[in-house]
Amino acid sequence: MENNDMKSAGNFEKILRAGHFAFTGELGPPRGANIDIIKEKAAPLKGMVDVVNITDNQRAMVRMSCWAAALVVMNEGLEPNYQMVCRDRNRLAMQSDVLGAYALGLKNILCISGDHQQFGDHPNAKGVFDIDSMQLIAMIKKMRDEGRFLGGADIDTPPKMFIGAAANPFAEPFEWRIHRLAKKVAAGADFIQTQCVYNMKKMREWIKQANDMGLSEKVYILAGVTPLKNIAMAKYMKAKVPGMEVPDELIKRLQGVNRKQVADEGIKIACEQIEEFKEMKGVAGVHLMAIEWEHKVPEIAERANVLPRPKV
Amino acid sequence: MIKAKIKPVQEILDAINGYEKILNVGCGGCVSVCLVGGQKEVNALNAELKVHLKKAGIQKQIDGYTVERQCNESFLKELDNKILEYDCIVSMACGAGVQHMAQRFSKIPVHPAVNTVSIGVDRDLGMYEEKCRACGHCVLGYTGGICPVTRCAKGLFNGPCGGTNENNCEISNEIPCAWLDIYKRLKEQNRLDDILKVYPPMEWQNQSPRTIIQEPYERRYLALG
Repeated sequence: MENNDMKSAGNFEKILRAGHFAFTGELGPPRGANIDIIKEKAAPLKGMVDVVNITDNQRAMVRMSCWAAALVVMNEGLEPNYQMVCRDRNRLAMQSDVLGAYALGLKNILCISGDHQQFGDHPNAKGVFDIDSMQLIAMIKKMRDEGRFLGGADIDTPPKMFIGAAANPFAEPFEWRIHRLAKKVAAGADFIQTQCVYNMKKMREWIKQANDMGLSEKVYILAGVTPLKNIAMAKYMKAKVPGMEVPDELIKRLQGVNRKQVADEGIKIACEQIEEFKEMKGVAGVHLMAIEWEHKVPEIAERANVLPRPKV
Repeated sequence: MIKAKIKPVQEILDAINGYEKILNVGCGGCVSVCLVGGQKEVNALNAELKVHLKKAGIQKQIDGYTVERQCNESFLKELDNKILEYDCIVSMACGAGVQHMAQRFSKIPVHPAVNTVSIGVDRDLGMYEEKCRACGHCVLGYTGGICPVTRCAKGLFNGPCGGTNENNCEISNEIPCAWLDIYKRLKEQNRLDDILKVYPPMEWQNQSPRTIIQEPYERRYLALG
């Protein structure tokens, strides 16, 4: 990377800077105040991943605030990557949450637009969207690097966050997606986690574009991998999740194995993807989104040959 | 122009419940153009209300009157004497007209008969599409004449988001993705460079009540230099 100065004091950033192939996980906060559920979900991730994304009211469903869940995860000995969506907060709330999160020890943040409120359990909520994900990245960078709020005033003890952003190489218009990545890099993203990849052909093409434009030298790109648990999930992802591409060949492959072997085949596919990403120029790691399958992460990590995780 | 939609009749019946003499006031402006609150619609609504009331065995006096525009004081004046004989006003104007009525005739309850929906265009007879949210800081020049505040469900200034659902928005297969349309139009005009830059956070201008004075009138209303 161009700048060797650490942006944060986080382990995740150190691993990427040391040139290790990163392996990151994900954990959705509970629909209630039950801390034990977070601990249960966090336990199998220990020692398996470099950082754990803590999702922010994903699918627009009310859940425990992600900074709070992130602190629980941190106390369990894992490094959280705290997600922030633009749907639920205006620029004041966002900046104050970033300060609070950093003050209490969080070092990574992923800036995303968020699913529209219509998908969730409060479909007529007023969506905030005061600023968009691009502007959120730039705002946190300004807070960190210039020590100033968006409004211009000085910050006493700026938040030294490692700033992440999402990218979806598959949504239309495909030819514009690489430019949108470039915008996120220009806005100040340090790392990127992509949407779940199933169409490897398109992913290779997108990464090649990122390499050709020099973007993969400016930002760490982690490829999103979500193992398919069953055929229904594959069909749901294909039909119902906007911007997601699941090629028919993949569904056919799952349909081709014994019913009891489908989940295993899903993991096998994920592991093959991870092996390919390890060799793919421009890919700095994999972001494993084992949705409600946290307990399977050790097995996947083992089979994908990403263990032990590097100590830096 | 402003587009509005009639409220459910039961809501209007509930609103006028308990009043004896009701004047339903139409507006010859935007709501007349979008076929919801002009003279014709005043007559239609009154007829409908009377049918419901008759069925329920309720006796009320419901009259109709339509002014040129409810958003101008001079047109409301003509109601000054007429209004005295009523104990309730129903207004078929947009939210601005209703408020103007309620302000001028502040002793009489005023109930809206329509929901003001948007600033929009006529797609076809009786079909209207929202185009503007009156954000007060127009970016249409930058976005190829397609409003991201109104047409993007997330109001993104640096779209499209990752939820583009083929050609549509993630929230519906019937709503085209605004940013895909912006992209296509700017590409056609060879202006994609415009949206390569990160557009900075919006300075929202519609977060407090606004009164505007057009420049030639500033001297009249403001004590200038």
